[in-house]
Amino acid sequence: MPPPDRVSGDKRDAMPNQAATADPRYTRRPPARRFSLSWRDPRVRNIFWQVVILGVVGLAVWWLAVNTMRNLEVRRIATGFGFLEREAGLPIGEHLIPYSPADTYARALLVGVLNTLRVAVIGAVLATLLGTIIGIARLSRNWLVAKLAAVYVEVLRDLPLLLQLLFWYGLMQGLPGPRQALKPLEGVFLSNRGIKFPWLVWEPAHSAALLALAGGLVGTWAVSRALRARQNATGQRTPLWPFALALIVGLPLAVWAAMGAPFTLDMPVLRGFNFQGGATISPEFAALLLGLVLYTAAFVAEIVRAGIQAIHHGQWEAAGALGLKRSDQLRLVILPQALRVIVPPLTSQYLNITKNSSLAVAIGYQDIVSVANTTINQTGQAIEGIAIIMIVYLTISLSISAFMNWYNAKIALKER
Amino acid sequence: MRHSMHAGIIAAAFTLGTAGFAAAQQAPTFDAVKARGVLNCGVSTGVAGFSNPDSQGVWRGLDVDGCRAVAAAMFGDASKVRYIGTTSQSRFPALQSGEVDLLVRTTTWTLAREASLGFQFAGINFYDGQAFMVKRSLGVTSAKQLDGATVCVQPGTTTELNLADYFRTNRMSFRAVVIENVEEIRNAFISGRCDVYTSDSSSLASFRATQGPNAEQYVMLPEIISKEPLGPVVRKGDQKWFDLVRWTFFAKIAAEELGVTSANVDQMLQSQNPEIQRLLGVTGGLGQMLGVDNRWAYNIIKQVGNFEEIWERNITPIGVPRGINALWTKGGLMYAPPIR
Repeated sequence: MPPPDRVSGDKRDAMPNQAATADPRYTRRPPARRFSLSWRDPRVRNIFWQVVILGVVGLAVWWLAVNTMRNLEVRRIATGFGFLEREAGLPIGEHLIPYSPADTYARALLVGVLNTLRVAVIGAVLATLLGTIIGIARLSRNWLVAKLAAVYVEVLRDLPLLLQLLFWYGLMQGLPGPRQALKPLEGVFLSNRGIKFPWLVWEPAHSAALLALAGGLVGTWAVSRALRARQNATGQRTPLWPFALALIVGLPLAVWAAMGAPFTLDMPVLRGFNFQGGATISPEFAALLLGLVLYTAAFVAEIVRAGIQAIHHGQWEAAGALGLKRSDQLRLVILPQALRVIVPPLTSQYLNITKNSSLAVAIGYQDIVSVANTTINQTGQAIEGIAIIMIVYLTISLSISAFMNWYNAKIALKER
Repeated sequence: MRHSMHAGIIAAAFTLGTAGFAAAQQAPTFDAVKARGVLNCGVSTGVAGFSNPDSQGVWRGLDVDGCRAVAAAMFGDASKVRYIGTTSQSRFPALQSGEVDLLVRTTTWTLAREASLGFQFAGINFYDGQAFMVKRSLGVTSAKQLDGATVCVQPGTTTELNLADYFRTNRMSFRAVVIENVEEIRNAFISGRCDVYTSDSSSLASFRATQGPNAEQYVMLPEIISKEPLGPVVRKGDQKWFDLVRWTFFAKIAAEELGVTSANVDQMLQSQNPEIQRLLGVTGGLGQMLGVDNRWAYNIIKQVGNFEEIWERNITPIGVPRGINALWTKGGLMYAPPIR
């Protein structure tokens, strides 16, 4: 604790010697060392080395910058980010936002960023779910389940990801053509053009229902807070589920019904070269997602297993002594504690899945690396292009880290 | 497969890292190649007829012969070439960074590539045009019927841009499958992932030629949708090197025009035709002006051949007729300025 040599509200105490007379206990300070400009003074040495290192780094950066500009000039390579405003002319197969080759490079790159985020976010969620299941399965008392999970982990994590991606992509291409597509369900088609399935014809009522769902989630959260406050105050427990059901299910349904309950399915139909209508999962996206999820899940499984095993056996026994089922022991006692061990390495896996998504280049999924590479090639702006790739990955990775650090702090053991 | 990424980084790193000596020297590339004693030549990997290692691992093709001719002119030895395989995306960084001295890789001459990439095209060794290939079983006979098709295309090419232009002009839609590696993109087409494979017509012919008995399954649509003048490329900033590459190519054309072949070049040394005498370095001292041996063109013709021989050896087997690539005297576009 710092010495409270100032007491707020009392102006006279703002003067140090006044404070000193007020309470001599806090006035003791180390004797002020005289600052001497001598090599023997460690402070001088510290400052000297810091200045030297800063100078070297600064010089290196300056040299790189000057040299780059000079080299670019010698080679007559245009510089700057002006190319972002030019028409790209690039075809991009998959885009979450409207895009045509007549759009600018900036928009093409944005499409690439969204494609990266799409596969990274979905991949991280699925890999976490699958990894957790497999990690728990490895600890199962059932011999077969445990061994199968062990084999899965060892096989998937020991093979290079690129190889796995090419394997899955090869498999997708091995599916029959659109005219001989497999039809596992009515309206669902599996072909080498991807997975086609029926999709809602979107109407305002659906958007409204989605909004109502979001409102319902917020409402449920508010109710649960209120109920907990009530329980803390009065000790009375009120079940949450009727409120949750009404708000999350009832409200959107009511809104949808009130707006005429529209429900039409857009069925994929074979017309011309390909299927028209319905929704598509392209073979490139499917192969990339499958490869990333299966590969990363193997690592997540090991992290989950390690996290569970890090919890002392006494915790299981204590939970058992309370009469909890094994699944409840895991869910209520072990996992919440294991999370503290699991979350930090899990962050690394999320970063990995994001960065590994750049292997998409190999199988033709147009993520940010693919689009930026093509941009570099068409415009020749290599330095700008690489800078854009770096900024994008840095931003995504730092965001993931920040979020996971926040979450980690939230679940950390509260020591009071 | 990640070569392009590496190449981009290498290019960026090179530009960041190499000291700017270039400005001080008059002929940095020419001198560097001469001192090294071997030409680093960027070529494509696996385009039959243009550059493709044969079963013995010897590189063969029209583009490869472009590299060999420059080595013959420079060193008097066509074998002093180190071939560096590049993808459609890695080729430009490789040239910009100095990894290759010369790029002969079915590269289309465009304004932007000269004005903003810092390159110079030394000539046109193949007048090409973009075409579409489909499976015969699809029953398509014209590119105008391709509305809604899925198209396989390599990224970072003029092909990719022309494709978008063509469909836009004709108010048709398409879906692109974009893969960099030439083998992967062809596999995607063969497996039926795409309805159409688009590239330069020469490259499509080359693809078809390597399909053996299956070649009959594929047809090229009649539309040629673009001009694709392909040629050797160098970095800007070394005029001496540019001159050598340019005139090496013209020497091959001139030799065909004058009827000088690798078989008769030794007899031709006795020719009384002043044009042949100048070409073969008997008179004129033209080689010295380029900074190489006066027998530079003799070496090219003796070791690599004239343009006709090169064509017969590489392009005829993949089934592409000479067409507009014939000499100007035979109704084609191949024309060399006077070598004097």
